[in-house]
Amino acid sequence: MKIEMTETPKNKLVRHRLTTRLWHWINALCLLVLIMSGLTIFNAHPRLYWGEYGAVGDHAWAAVGSSETLGYVRLGETKIETTGFIGNWHDGNGKIQTWAFPGWATIPSYYSLAEGRRWHFFFAWIFSVGLGFFMIRSLFNRHVQRDLHISREEWRPSHIWRDVKNHMRLRFHAPGAVNIYNILQKLSYIGVIFILLPLMIFTGLAMSPAMDANWPLLTDIFGGRQSARSVHFIGMFLLMLFFIVHMVTLLLAGPFKQTWAMIIGGKREGDDDDA
Amino acid sequence: MMRKLLTRRSLITSAALGAGGLLTGCDALSRSPSFQNILASAEDANFLVQRALGDRMELASEYSIADLSPKFRANGTRDPGTPDYTSSATQGFVNWQLRLTGLFAKPQIFSLAALQSMPQRTQITRHDCVEGWSAIGQWTGVPLKLLLNLAQLQDKAKFLVFHCADRLGGRPYYESIDLLDAFHPQTIMAHRLNGEAVPIENGAPMRLRVERQLGYKHAKYVTGIEAVETLDNIGSGKGGYWEDVADYEWYAGI
Repeated sequence: MKIEMTETPKNKLVRHRLTTRLWHWINALCLLVLIMSGLTIFNAHPRLYWGEYGAVGDHAWAAVGSSETLGYVRLGETKIETTGFIGNWHDGNGKIQTWAFPGWATIPSYYSLAEGRRWHFFFAWIFSVGLGFFMIRSLFNRHVQRDLHISREEWRPSHIWRDVKNHMRLRFHAPGAVNIYNILQKLSYIGVIFILLPLMIFTGLAMSPAMDANWPLLTDIFGGRQSARSVHFIGMFLLMLFFIVHMVTLLLAGPFKQTWAMIIGGKREGDDDDA
Repeated sequence: MMRKLLTRRSLITSAALGAGGLLTGCDALSRSPSFQNILASAEDANFLVQRALGDRMELASEYSIADLSPKFRANGTRDPGTPDYTSSATQGFVNWQLRLTGLFAKPQIFSLAALQSMPQRTQITRHDCVEGWSAIGQWTGVPLKLLLNLAQLQDKAKFLVFHCADRLGGRPYYESIDLLDAFHPQTIMAHRLNGEAVPIENGAPMRLRVERQLGYKHAKYVTGIEAVETLDNIGSGKGGYWEDVADYEWYAGI
């Protein structure tokens, strides 16, 4: 408690620290560009494999099929028709395109593997450096220990179950404790920041033949280069899932106040410890 | 309240404009040469960092026979199809020549038989295409450094340019590497794939293997190796066919 008192009062009033806010928005931009340029790269070879190798002719666990009349996604043996969206879609001029992901989902909106790769690697650098900086800063300013630490009490299944039920009733916070992250929030933030985002970096690096020569462990831990590519793609989907849940909870919790707080900092109101 | 509504409306409007504008904006940026240069600076960082890691001569992973792809995928040119090439192919490439020209003290001409009589290296490596797929194959060939030692590079030489028998879209295919990769122990002029003569679709009678880089660097149907000081005067000056026509990066380590 004494340590708390020594902090500057100004800092205590701010709900999201400057580092957190800066990183949040840089990261949001990076992820948007990385996902969209990544889909451009995926369009060059819309098939996913497990193992070290995989090419046309080898078994793909997921693949996009396309023709002038039909688009579909095949997962294992299951075909899902996606005409109009994936594998067969109309571009801005009304012309049918048979690339896997449509122009509105890719950067650039037309197919250029070279340009997609340039966007991807440029923003991958910003994203990686930003994530590393944010992780270190958040450990030093005790954001992680103070806000994301999960107590033994919170780990109890009954506590987690209660929080799940509260979420289903759209009750996210105990009254007067809006600044204290609940267990599901903590788990998802820890999972994204310390597991999923680093996983994207390492699976990305594992696809580089030069990196694999330097650090052969990169492909070994994922069971091969093509496995790393598949995990990279699945990780992208999990990030999109996180984004959707993030947006839904934002809408339910008051989008303008919450977004504004992430821009200018916001107040740590109702937090008895900090009052 | 009024203020809030206005804010909300303008927020929604700008969000909608933003979503629509984002793509056209990205496309405009993507087509702008100066913005391309900014984006491409990350590629310089990739090159510097990847070369700084390790001892610069790290070997690419090698695999066992059990790891081979059932079929080694062919991409790009599957048959050069020129009269010269076809007639050479029907004779088993006995008249094929690999010429070492340019900045060498002793320019050389090697026949396929001469190359086959030299010390060989066999390696089972993974071939990674820029498109995303991979294939594992067993390659046998002459280490490039043996040829370079015979031809003796001049001090001015900075790059090796690989001239090829195939043309894509009317342009001759070529590629280039720097001397670090040229003297790498796994860089070979390969004439055998999986224990057989390299098939035509994979680059018969010989192709470059430059492990640690993506597939488009592995020039097929190689007829000449030219030592140069600069890449400016070859093709459109970017160091390779795909670099010239599609802006692929010259350094293809990622």
